[in-house]
Amino acid sequence: MSITIPAPREGLTEELSRPRAAIVPAEGAEVAKLRTVGLSVHYGTRLVVGDVSLEVRADTITAFIGPSGCGKSTILRSLDRLNDLIPGARVSGRVLLDGQDIYGQGVRPVEVRRRVGMVFQRPNPFPMSIFENVAYGPRRHGLRDRRRLEEVVEQSLLQAALWDEVKGDLGRPALALSGGQQQRLCIARALAVEPDVILMDEPCSSLDPLATMRIEELLQTLKASFTIVIVTHNLQQAARVSDATAFFTLGADRVGRLVEEGPTARIFTSPREGLTADYVAGRFG
Amino acid sequence: MTRTIVADRLATAALWAAGLAVVAVLAAIIAHFLLASIGTLSLSFLVSDPSTASLGGIGPLLWNSIYILVLTLLITVPLGVLGGIYMAEYAAENPLTQAIRFCQELISSVPSIVVGMFGLALFVGLTHWGYTALGGSLALTIFNLPLLSRLTEQAIRAVPADERSGSLALGATKWQTIRHVVLPLAIPGIVSGIILSGGRIFGEAAALLFTSGLATPSHYDFLDLDLTDPRSPWSPFHPATTLSVYVWNLNAEGLGHFVRQIADASSATLVLLVLVFDVAARGLGRLLQRRLMGA
Amino acid sequence: MLPSTGQALPGLHSALARPLSWTERLDLPRRITFAAAAAVVLLVGLLLGAITWNGIQLFVAGGVPVSQILTATWAPDPTSPPTNYGLLPFIFGTVGLMAVAALIATPLSIGLALFMSEIAPPWARRITQPAMEVFVGIPSVVWGWLGLTTLVPFLREYLSGLGFVVGFSWFAGGVVVSLMILPTITTIAYDSLVAIPADLRTGSLALATTRWQTIRHVLLPTAAAGLATAVVLGMMRAAGEALAVQMVIGNAPVIPTSLTRPMTTLTSQITLDMGNTVAGEPWNDALWTMGLVLLLISFGFVILVRLLGRRGSAR
Repeated sequence: MSITIPAPREGLTEELSRPRAAIVPAEGAEVAKLRTVGLSVHYGTRLVVGDVSLEVRADTITAFIGPSGCGKSTILRSLDRLNDLIPGARVSGRVLLDGQDIYGQGVRPVEVRRRVGMVFQRPNPFPMSIFENVAYGPRRHGLRDRRRLEEVVEQSLLQAALWDEVKGDLGRPALALSGGQQQRLCIARALAVEPDVILMDEPCSSLDPLATMRIEELLQTLKASFTIVIVTHNLQQAARVSDATAFFTLGADRVGRLVEEGPTARIFTSPREGLTADYVAGRFG
Repeated sequence: MTRTIVADRLATAALWAAGLAVVAVLAAIIAHFLLASIGTLSLSFLVSDPSTASLGGIGPLLWNSIYILVLTLLITVPLGVLGGIYMAEYAAENPLTQAIRFCQELISSVPSIVVGMFGLALFVGLTHWGYTALGGSLALTIFNLPLLSRLTEQAIRAVPADERSGSLALGATKWQTIRHVVLPLAIPGIVSGIILSGGRIFGEAAALLFTSGLATPSHYDFLDLDLTDPRSPWSPFHPATTLSVYVWNLNAEGLGHFVRQIADASSATLVLLVLVFDVAARGLGRLLQRRLMGA
Repeated sequence: MLPSTGQALPGLHSALARPLSWTERLDLPRRITFAAAAAVVLLVGLLLGAITWNGIQLFVAGGVPVSQILTATWAPDPTSPPTNYGLLPFIFGTVGLMAVAALIATPLSIGLALFMSEIAPPWARRITQPAMEVFVGIPSVVWGWLGLTTLVPFLREYLSGLGFVVGFSWFAGGVVVSLMILPTITTIAYDSLVAIPADLRTGSLALATTRWQTIRHVLLPTAAAGLATAVVLGMMRAAGEALAVQMVIGNAPVIPTSLTRPMTTLTSQITLDMGNTVAGEPWNDALWTMGLVLLLISFGFVILVRLLGRRGSAR
């Protein structure tokens, strides 16, 4: 059954397409952990995501929601420069991590990705042991001391709520774990490099409800120490889990844009845009 | 019955016949050589020295075949794998990359006898080495290198993008990703490729006729470990007539009275070894794949 | 921060932007792998250069007019003048052998490829596929020896009853080489056929046509470019074959009057004479010229295959 995305209200696309003024935080307010200013992404000559300006506060969970194809994953990938891998992809605008533009002059993507981690839609553990998977990141960054590595691996697995299930044999191949366990392993792997921000691209979409629930619980504990941005198709999940939500959609010009962002409670109960209300009520998407 | 159905039945029968015929021919060839070697082919035949007076053996020739195989692989595997890594991971779609691909195709099209001529001029004449195993291996490198490069490139391209993304997302560099994630995953494919190319090298003769030589070795002193001594079978500079070249030379020169038996048994040996290479390539590839996946 | 470790891992989070270290600027992995890949360009240059240089010596140093190589008299021996370096018998031989081998192998190969892709049950495919790999691996000398010890005597005995005297001949060479190029044509043809989406087959069969009609009217035309490429590549291999050919073809340096007569090819003559000639002398130079001709033929084939490939994808 195909669902057509309803046309945005009169003038919304034009409104959103107008370049936004840079958001200057009020005096005394804390600088957001992650901030985009006029972020746009082109694949070749085609504009796929237009002029996104939003803020992500530290130690919160922000959800990106919107119908499929509207560019949520593309925006997410721009936050750790993974779009650099796609030939022909061009990012314009600014993405500020603790006030510093990650696309600035002289910035190295490797450094960005050390601070901003990513968990993917399908669990992608390396064909190595559980231990090797989690130790991979720290090892590549120069940590050689075996004892320290073991400490890091244990801490990361504990934080990812996987330790009890695997502590008996860390040498077991990671691919022998169940889907949900593999995804938690990928989370542990990302935690091991001590990022500031963790990006998650529909991390539960290939998992069963029980595994999904465990990861959602995990997110609540992780939010105390990490800033999390999660792209999700599942509106209930966004409502359950996140503190702030950003809603995206495709404009009439087939370009993905930010429609509205704010505290989750407000977005879901009294959104400002009719489009948001329609999406959240399940009338499209 | 209508004409179309008759045509269909005839066609099906014809195609079945083609399938059966080809497999039958192959089986007949293998059987022919095995039968023709009864009485000649034995373990002692494989290791003893050739002789003009009596039946003799193919020991030194088999040694040379293996020696040249190993030497050629030693040269081409590192270069080929590195080249394949470049083409799969670093090369952008620009005229230079297209030129490299074109050159790969060109070299694989050159007849091996022409490669042999080139080898003769360069590795025998210009260098004044005369006929040597090294000269033969270098000649074989000329067409084995692009082959291995292409096979490695294919094996690396087959590694899923997810694995690369996962590594890069953890802040690893491109080379770290290649070294620790991509290459290990590509190893089964690369190993299969190496074994397959090894099979081809083993049977090669045209490129070796004028580079590693034709003279039948009489006896090898394996205790002579002086690598600079051309008489030592361990030296890269020793003239290394291989088994395939020997079969050709037996016919060309009509050496001794037992040409028929020796050539038949040598052919049987070559065919059996090809079978072994084929099985090894598939079997080892699959084994490595399974161990990699850790299932 | 991880609670128990407290401190950040050493050296983990350096500045977001810092200038490249000299090892990073060098980018050794990229340069080294590039050198390995680009080596092949160097090799081609060397090969082309050396063979062209030596190939033209017959005209440059030997003073032989270029038109002479298109004559049919091969008399290279300086001890029995007049010498004439006519390469026509060899060129004719290479082309003629290629043609006969392709004629014999193509129907068989395409039939086998069709069998493997359309008709064979899984157990049959599990036999034919490895069979092809083994076929391709059989060394050239083994084919030559087989042809020499079984095919040639067979032809001599059984066909002389029919009035021909056949032994070492164009035909014998054609048969042996056709077996050698069979796996080449079959595997590439098979790949082309298997690449055709299943939809086309089901679409045709749904129109109540038989399998053979589907093959004839849908599959073969669709795979035509790939099949043509397969045949061309087989012919290329046939043209380059040396030892097997030399062992069964009779090595008579003349243009054969019929399929049953012995003949020669570029490759077999090089095989025979290379060891007996002295570098720098016209006889040797003529062999290099033959090598150059072979090189041009194979490069011509490569270009032909590329053109076919482009036409195939343009459809």
